[in-house]
Amino acid sequence: MITILRETMQSFLTFLERVGLLVRFALRLAAILPLGLLRPRPIIEQVYNTGAMSLVIIMTCGLFIGMVLGLQGYDLLTRFGSEEYLGTATAISLLRELGPVVTALLFAGRAGTALAAELGLMRATDQIAAMEIMAVDPMRRVVLPRFLGGVIAMPLLVSIFIVVALFGAQLVGVEFFGVDSGSYWSQMRSAVELSDIREGLVKGLVFGVACSLIAVYEGYNAMPTAEGVGRATTRTVVISAVVTLILDYILTALML
Amino acid sequence: MDSGKIVFSALDIEIRRGAVTAIMGPSGTGKTTLLKLITGQIFADRGQVIVDGLDVARLNRKQLYALRRRMGMLFQNGALLTDLDVFENVAFPLREHTRLPERLIRTIVLTKLHAVGLRGAADLYPQQLSGGMGRRVALARAIVMDPEILIYDEPFAGLDPISMGVVLRLIRSLNDALGITSIVVTHDVREISQIADQSFIISEGKVVASGTTAELRDHPSPIVHQFVDGLADGPVPFHYPAPGYHEQLLGGNAFA
Repeated sequence: MITILRETMQSFLTFLERVGLLVRFALRLAAILPLGLLRPRPIIEQVYNTGAMSLVIIMTCGLFIGMVLGLQGYDLLTRFGSEEYLGTATAISLLRELGPVVTALLFAGRAGTALAAELGLMRATDQIAAMEIMAVDPMRRVVLPRFLGGVIAMPLLVSIFIVVALFGAQLVGVEFFGVDSGSYWSQMRSAVELSDIREGLVKGLVFGVACSLIAVYEGYNAMPTAEGVGRATTRTVVISAVVTLILDYILTALML
Repeated sequence: MDSGKIVFSALDIEIRRGAVTAIMGPSGTGKTTLLKLITGQIFADRGQVIVDGLDVARLNRKQLYALRRRMGMLFQNGALLTDLDVFENVAFPLREHTRLPERLIRTIVLTKLHAVGLRGAADLYPQQLSGGMGRRVALARAIVMDPEILIYDEPFAGLDPISMGVVLRLIRSLNDALGITSIVVTHDVREISQIADQSFIISEGKVVASGTTAELRDHPSPIVHQFVDGLADGPVPFHYPAPGYHEQLLGGNAFA
């Protein structure tokens, strides 16, 4: 009994220590943020690296999520004879939930792991140490642009995901099942409010901060071995996914 | 360090300005740790590291970075930045620390690359270089800011005899041409003894011998003798500590 208690206590303390380290890492990033913004070029490169490189997977998944929504939504709505609301239903579920959450999960899997592996390898091959010896702060030169790149890319990816998914749903609902195209779009336009869009973008931004932070933290602090880099990428995906879903609940509760 | 193991005790080394100093010792004696102490990547629990009159452990971040700008370091595996080509790798410290016009940067970088014989490789990426070439590029990068101190961490490890000869000659000629202080950490006794002005052999946390190449060759200590002549067994035992050979083989557990 006491052993169990002690072990629980111990793992709780380890957890707190991890959170503390992450917060300290985040604070250091925040402290050098103004300096980093003075040099936009590396940030733009990273938006390209994380954002543009994730486009294919984001758009493919967006299309299929939209098509599934079209199928399920049509099936459900015809039971009430109200299939003209298909556009509204898909738009709101995408804007508020599916868009940001699924994009964040895909981002963690595609861009997050790439970031963590890249930084972990830089650590393992002494590139980080070399920068420190050359009196260049790796946090400013390497970590910050990658973090900001992810933060900027995420809301953009969320928007693209949602747009593609709306067309996917339209493809199934309107083209296959014959829902009236006019009512699909016009119902959507009249029912969706600015607050729905805002919720999606705010979530995208918050998830972007969380997922990018976790990725660069895990990569930067990876053990400098092949095994360490592998573990860092795994942890990036797992922690990002869990944190995204927890944050999603909190944000939804706050914005309802 | 993590395991609470004491790496050095009562270590006393004085490195002369303008000379090539070799620091040798069996693997695992903490040679790399010593370099990390000199460059302020880690700090000693006790004792001082003085570089040009400055106590490294007492410097704040800014002063430490200022000191590091006067140092160049060649890492074991080169530690070139993998996302930049050879030219940009060498230009990296200049771009980070100076506001020189592009034409001047170009001239400086090409001069340094010429010095290591790789002006023609400026457009290659680190992945396309052989081990020896990578190390020469790293050397060009290490001297691009005209450092006063050049530190080499195992510069010959894994090189073929030709590349080894090239690096060896470069260490000496750069030292003499630029008036640098060179510190070479290595266990390639024969190679380094051709160019070193003074040598230290460390083992088990202490300096066991120091002096010129000739002095070391005639040193009375058996461990120096073993190390310089490359004998398999001696004060540094061939066998890792183990229970008696006979007892272990004939003991009850042999086939368990």
